[in-house]
Amino acid sequence: MSRFTKEMETRAFELLALYPEKRSATIPLCHLAQEQNGYLTEESMVQIADLVGTTPAEVLGAASFYDMLHTEPVGKYVVGVCTNIACLLQGGEELLGHAEEKLGIATGATTDDGMFTLEDMECIAHCDHAPALQVNYRFFGPLTNDGFDALVDDLSAGKLESEVPPHGTLSRVQRKHPIAVPLEEIVRHRRDSDAKEGERLAAKAATEAKEGSN
Amino acid sequence: MTDSEKKLKLTVNGKEVESAPGEMLIAAAEKAGVLIPRFCYHPRLEPVGVCRMCLVEVKGPRGFTLQPACYISVSDGMEVVTDSEKAKKAQDGVLEFLLANHPLDCPVCDKGGECPLQDQTLTFGPSESRFVEEKRHFEKPIAISKLVYLDRERCIQCDRCTRFAADIAGEALIDFEGRGGALHITTFPDKPFASYFSGNTAQICPVGALTTTPYRFKARPWDLEQVESTCVSCAVGCQMVVQSSENEIVRYLGIDSEAVNQSWLCDKGRFGFESVSSAERIPSPYFNEPSGMVETGWSQALDAIAKALKSAEPESVALIGGSHMANEDIYAWVKLTKGVIGTDSIDAQLDDGLDPKIVALSDRATIQEATQAKLLILMAGDLREELPILYLRIRSAAKKAGLKILEISLSETSLSNEAEVSLRYFPGYAEELVNGLFGAEVDPQFFAGDLQAARALVSSVDPASVVVVGARENLADSSLDPERAIAKLLDSLVGSKFLSGLRRGNVNGAIDMGMVPGLVPGRGQLQDGNEALKAKWKTLPRKVGRNSREILESALRGEIKVLFLVGADLISDFSDSALAEKALGNIPMVVGIDSLSNRTTSYCSVVLPATAFAERHGSTTNIEGRVSTLGKKLVGFSLSRPEWMIAVELAAYMGEDLGFESLHDIWGEIQEVSQLHRGLSIAALGAPGAKEGIVVPLSASKVQISNRRVLDPIATPGITSVGVSGPPSSSAAIPGEGDPVLSESTYSRQRSKLLELLAHDDRAKAGPEADNFALVVSKRLYDHGVEVMSAKHLSELVVPSKGRVSPKGWERIGLNGSGLTRLQGNGASVELELVVDPSLLDGVVKVEFDGALGEVSKLFGVENSTSRVKMEKV
Repeated sequence: MSRFTKEMETRAFELLALYPEKRSATIPLCHLAQEQNGYLTEESMVQIADLVGTTPAEVLGAASFYDMLHTEPVGKYVVGVCTNIACLLQGGEELLGHAEEKLGIATGATTDDGMFTLEDMECIAHCDHAPALQVNYRFFGPLTNDGFDALVDDLSAGKLESEVPPHGTLSRVQRKHPIAVPLEEIVRHRRDSDAKEGERLAAKAATEAKEGSN
Repeated sequence: MTDSEKKLKLTVNGKEVESAPGEMLIAAAEKAGVLIPRFCYHPRLEPVGVCRMCLVEVKGPRGFTLQPACYISVSDGMEVVTDSEKAKKAQDGVLEFLLANHPLDCPVCDKGGECPLQDQTLTFGPSESRFVEEKRHFEKPIAISKLVYLDRERCIQCDRCTRFAADIAGEALIDFEGRGGALHITTFPDKPFASYFSGNTAQICPVGALTTTPYRFKARPWDLEQVESTCVSCAVGCQMVVQSSENEIVRYLGIDSEAVNQSWLCDKGRFGFESVSSAERIPSPYFNEPSGMVETGWSQALDAIAKALKSAEPESVALIGGSHMANEDIYAWVKLTKGVIGTDSIDAQLDDGLDPKIVALSDRATIQEATQAKLLILMAGDLREELPILYLRIRSAAKKAGLKILEISLSETSLSNEAEVSLRYFPGYAEELVNGLFGAEVDPQFFAGDLQAARALVSSVDPASVVVVGARENLADSSLDPERAIAKLLDSLVGSKFLSGLRRGNVNGAIDMGMVPGLVPGRGQLQDGNEALKAKWKTLPRKVGRNSREILESALRGEIKVLFLVGADLISDFSDSALAEKALGNIPMVVGIDSLSNRTTSYCSVVLPATAFAERHGSTTNIEGRVSTLGKKLVGFSLSRPEWMIAVELAAYMGEDLGFESLHDIWGEIQEVSQLHRGLSIAALGAPGAKEGIVVPLSASKVQISNRRVLDPIATPGITSVGVSGPPSSSAAIPGEGDPVLSESTYSRQRSKLLELLAHDDRAKAGPEADNFALVVSKRLYDHGVEVMSAKHLSELVVPSKGRVSPKGWERIGLNGSGLTRLQGNGASVELELVVDPSLLDGVVKVEFDGALGEVSKLFGVENSTSRVKMEKV
């Protein structure tokens, strides 16, 4: 099941409707596909390409640029340990080393049970809680080795289900209510402002022409 | 004064330079003789500014700062320094970075010796790198299609190939994957770079990252010889160079000709060269005896043919084919058949084109005029399949310049997305639809699309600024319906122009030279007489002859005694192969003149070997009527001879003298007898400024000799580094200088209504029927024709063709899941895989011409009405 389900397809069309250019919906649709499957499957990239009117290669090109979009399978929990300067000074590298040991995998790999993927991260703006990490983009820290073990155990035991949804779920692309500003209004506003800009430029050109002729 | 005419002045390295608004600094500097190094910049691609190689100092409010010259447009009073210490240091630094990950495997790289990275490193770069770290590694090389290999280690991420694929070809099948140090070109898994234009990416790659399969490890650039020529794989007439090594062609590269191909080639043209050295080449003349092939000498073969001609009545002699020949060959054969033997039954078209009168007697447009028209009406099927580079030109005009297109077709085409309005019609109803366009009532069951919008579109523009592209879209229907529709369009839109969509090599030249029934050289009609011809020709046919279908039909009645097949593989290419097969068996003397063995040569009584492309000089004529030259780079294969020479020799064996001994003689006579070509001397054709060809008649080509873009070694690497017999590497042709002046031609077209020249279409017509589908048969680029099949790498691209049917038809046949269907019609039966095509009208089935290896053509029964087939699920 890697193409959009019926429900997800409805949401995909809602997202598409938000943009005057269909291609603009590429990234939101990638997030949506990731929410459904945990990562971007080939089938979903093909489907997204169809939906936005481009080629799968371009969807892959766009998606592979962003670290938050995964084109390879990842675990239910993607653990990103920050090794940027503040965390580094507070033992981020050591924490990452410990995480490798605890999970039994190298950085970048996924545990055999498909529960955890370990990554090292650049700054996640959680410096006041260094050394910090994020699990599916939810922040934790400062963490000791024991704290890390406890976190992993809690995640494995399902104690943090409510706080940390499976990888891919982003509240931002989940729209509970209809679009606040109707699309027609956006289009109208766009047209008006374009017209104003046109007038402004015409006026400017007229003044310049006048100055030029003087 | 419009914006584009405005001139502004800037200073480059202290020198004043004139430029126009919108021009990029790098181009303006180049015109002034200042070469700024570059990789990502390509004159035919949108600027992107990613390689940073072109950093120069530009004066701004804060003094001189480094800016990429390919990404800033010129402004009045701009001050630029390209050779300061600061600029040089920046360029040094960029090159050092570009080389940080470059493998420097130049000794084993095909690009070595013609590589912009090599050349510019030598000219602008540091001699040493401070980079000691391990370079990045990728598996190398990987095949991204059957024709193109990608070496990601060599890639410098200039974005040229991806911009070409996305913007020019419109098929973004390759793109960058990843980011920063991990950035590399990729295709999507299981979706190879299967574009008709993929070879162009290798041509413009500034390093050896993209290489083409047929050229890999074939030659070193400094060992190549080259000659400029014109591609004849279709009728667009793309300008290119032929490069060879040791009497074997190794590659073609596109030349940047503003008027025609703007540096691009399609893959069929680019890789078709392999057929020249194919094992299918015919080495010597031979007879097909009942016992088998008997090799013979030229004299015995020609003697036998001359004897057969002696005993044959003029009307019983016919010729089919010749559209691949040079103009001079065509003229020689026209003179032999019409002027010596006295038969008018010669036809360069294989019943897949249009009435030649439409092409010869309409006002013709150039490609430039078509792309700049106020409205372009397409009635030509899918141009991407038939005239690929014309498709690129029209597509980019629509995308970039807002060219308005009205498409009239039987199904969706590659240009449907760019069309303002697309109209569909039921086979046989093109004329009705065109009448409807000009106000007549139409019966909605035969049409789809917004006719009101189309009417509004047509009436909103000045008819004189309309260009109509016309060709035959459906081979399974008589040509009369589309012909009348095109004629009606051209007649009704007074002053509109016609761009021929006839696609076979030099078929447009063949029409200009009279290699069709009813016409004589110079787009004149046989019945109008021609004094110049009477002076040069021994005789003239007494009446208008038969076209290729009529020739074969009369052969069935035993009326044809001698038939010449000149490069005509009737069994594969004639729209009705069953008719061709029967007819050929009923002609005592069939003379095959061809360079390649094909399915038809075994039906010939005698076969004569002809030289192939690049083995002979000459000229060719494209869809616009543009005459351009063919280059000779190879020694003719074995005993093969150019076709004009065969005509001259054969005449001699008949005791006649055609009156010429060289191509110069022939061209001289063409100028004398053809008003169309008058004033166009060989010297003018060979002039440096005329390399992209000259449109005839001369009075019609306002820009008589346009100045071709200087061959650009960084835009098209390899094109100038091979200087052995090509033009000098920086031959900045000065307009007019050294070009012989063209005299004004005296050609004038007799204006008459085209529609009146055509027969009435009084066939009984039928609309959609429940179980009797109307057959639409169209051409595709890679078919099982001998040209493709004898080129090794192209032949691998031919896939089994599929049929298309409307969703309703799909349901009616009872298909679900698999589309395997049996088509029955005209006493034949063919099995094909069908797919659903919502753009088709109900009751229509569309099949590619060589579906099931040519079996499809057996389903035709064209004479009376549209071919019909019954279909059932298999």
